[in-house]
Amino acid sequence: MTDRAIGDTAGATYALGAALSFGAIVSLFLMARAVDPAMAFHGFLFFAFAVGGVFLLIRRHFNATANPERFAKEAAGYNDGIVRAGVIVSTFWGVVGFLVGLVIALQLAFPVLNFDLPWTNFGRLRPLHTSAVIFAFGGNILITTSFYVVQRTCRARLAGDLASWFVFWGYNLFIVIAATGYVLGVTQSREYAEPEWYADLWLTLVWVVYLLVFLATLYKRREPHVYVANWFYLAFIVTVAMLHIVNNLAVPVSWTGVKSYSLFSGVQDALTQWWYGHNAVGFFLTAGFLGIMYYFVPKRAERPVYSYRLSIVHFWTLIFLYIWVGPHHLYYTALPDWAQTLGMTFSVMLWMPSWGGMINGLMTLSGAWDKLRTDPVMRMLVVSVAFYGMSTFEGPVMAIKAVNSLSHYTDWTIGHVHSGVLGWVGFVSFGALYCLTPILWKRERLYSLNLVGVHFWVATIGILLYITAMWVSGILQGLMWRAYDSLGFLEYSFVETVEAMHPFYVIRALGGGLYVLGALIMAYNLWRTIRGDVRAETSEHERAPAALAQEGARA
Amino acid sequence: MTYEDVVSFAGAFGLIFFMVLFGIVLVYALWPGNKAKFDKAARIPMRED
Repeated sequence: MTDRAIGDTAGATYALGAALSFGAIVSLFLMARAVDPAMAFHGFLFFAFAVGGVFLLIRRHFNATANPERFAKEAAGYNDGIVRAGVIVSTFWGVVGFLVGLVIALQLAFPVLNFDLPWTNFGRLRPLHTSAVIFAFGGNILITTSFYVVQRTCRARLAGDLASWFVFWGYNLFIVIAATGYVLGVTQSREYAEPEWYADLWLTLVWVVYLLVFLATLYKRREPHVYVANWFYLAFIVTVAMLHIVNNLAVPVSWTGVKSYSLFSGVQDALTQWWYGHNAVGFFLTAGFLGIMYYFVPKRAERPVYSYRLSIVHFWTLIFLYIWVGPHHLYYTALPDWAQTLGMTFSVMLWMPSWGGMINGLMTLSGAWDKLRTDPVMRMLVVSVAFYGMSTFEGPVMAIKAVNSLSHYTDWTIGHVHSGVLGWVGFVSFGALYCLTPILWKRERLYSLNLVGVHFWVATIGILLYITAMWVSGILQGLMWRAYDSLGFLEYSFVETVEAMHPFYVIRALGGGLYVLGALIMAYNLWRTIRGDVRAETSEHERAPAALAQEGARA
Repeated sequence: MTYEDVVSFAGAFGLIFFMVLFGIVLVYALWPGNKAKFDKAARIPMRED
């Protein structure tokens, strides 16, 4: 039995070992023949990855043969090891991504913080921030929770042990290549798709393996019905593959250099970019995280989702409508009018499935609203769904052409995006991390629920400061840009509008600072939970009945 | 076939295609016979793990 378990994976071990060795040779070639220093460095990263991978494979093989019983035990049941690793890296990247965000927020308020160095200027650090929060934090959270949820809802172990670890390490290699590339000035200047052709090819490979692992796990499920959370995860994986491949079609200048040119040009290029860009929001930051909502909100509330039927309608309408809304980023441009109108119409229609989903998430708590008071993790999850509703209402409003003529290119857009990502994506991810950590490390509960409460309030106040500052600043900016004097001249020069932004940029940085602080509190809490500490504390849960009893005695 | 023809065909086809698909989804989701199956599916996350 145990020998068979080792035998089962031996073939895969040799195949992966051979592939990694071949990869090591190719990366050596990249390093040696590199036409620019950035490629030489990235060739080295690929090489280190391949050699490290071979080392891990060998260690794993010897561990398995030395202790076959333990190996067989780990190979049975759910694969939680990969989920534990995912929880740790997600938390790490979250803190890093939020910190870089704080740095660039401060740079906007105090330009001296650019330090006049190429590596630290806003233009390079901004994609570092967006990629770190969307792809490093968000992406790792999605991969991690999808691996957890698909196993639990299918009652099946994750397919392919080595394949899932390849996805984990391979995805994080992509993150490191992207991040170091930005700092070194490597970019193809496509928003949210800045990494160059070789990083894109690598991500394609990793992503296809991710899709196969997910599909194979669904295939061997012991639960006849595929739970709705998996539908959302699958839509996220499949659509992101399609978006990534089409948007990144490009011709490299040299096989050993970083630079490439896009296959598209002109307005087609712009439309392809925003077809990708808005669906990164729709399928990465929405569909995937709705998968988290549909599993963790019912799980934490200990009651099934409000309406399973609504969740089916939510799913299909959301994916049919989202894919068309990209043109709303290109109003009053060379894009044909009918395409602009199409983008606007679908954006407004999208309001319906979004609110259907929000109602479904919130109403799951009907009859259990007291958990909002007693469980700070539940509070975090519920407020995330409320932010989802708020930003998906604001989005369609801003996608109306007349509103967009005021809001476009202003800070209002930045505020809108952040109410979505800090409020919805961030909070639902924190909720999932707080749910997962005690389960995965088999702890009785989190180190401190009170600290979760502190995190909740610090982060919520941070978000409110952020989005209110950006509303005021954005509308002010939009109005100043369109102000004319009595002779028909523009009333303000551009630099005057920039000057007017300063106080709001300071408030925004303060809000961002609070959000970073909240994330650090979470990291501390999760670390203590993993260590096995439990803080002796009267939780709000225990305090509340006592306080009520006291009041009763006084009356 | 001109550019305008393609645009108007794509618009009409898209409308019909999506409305029909939406109809199918609604019928599937609201079909009374599926209720028991959906109620059971909704309880999947509730199981102990």
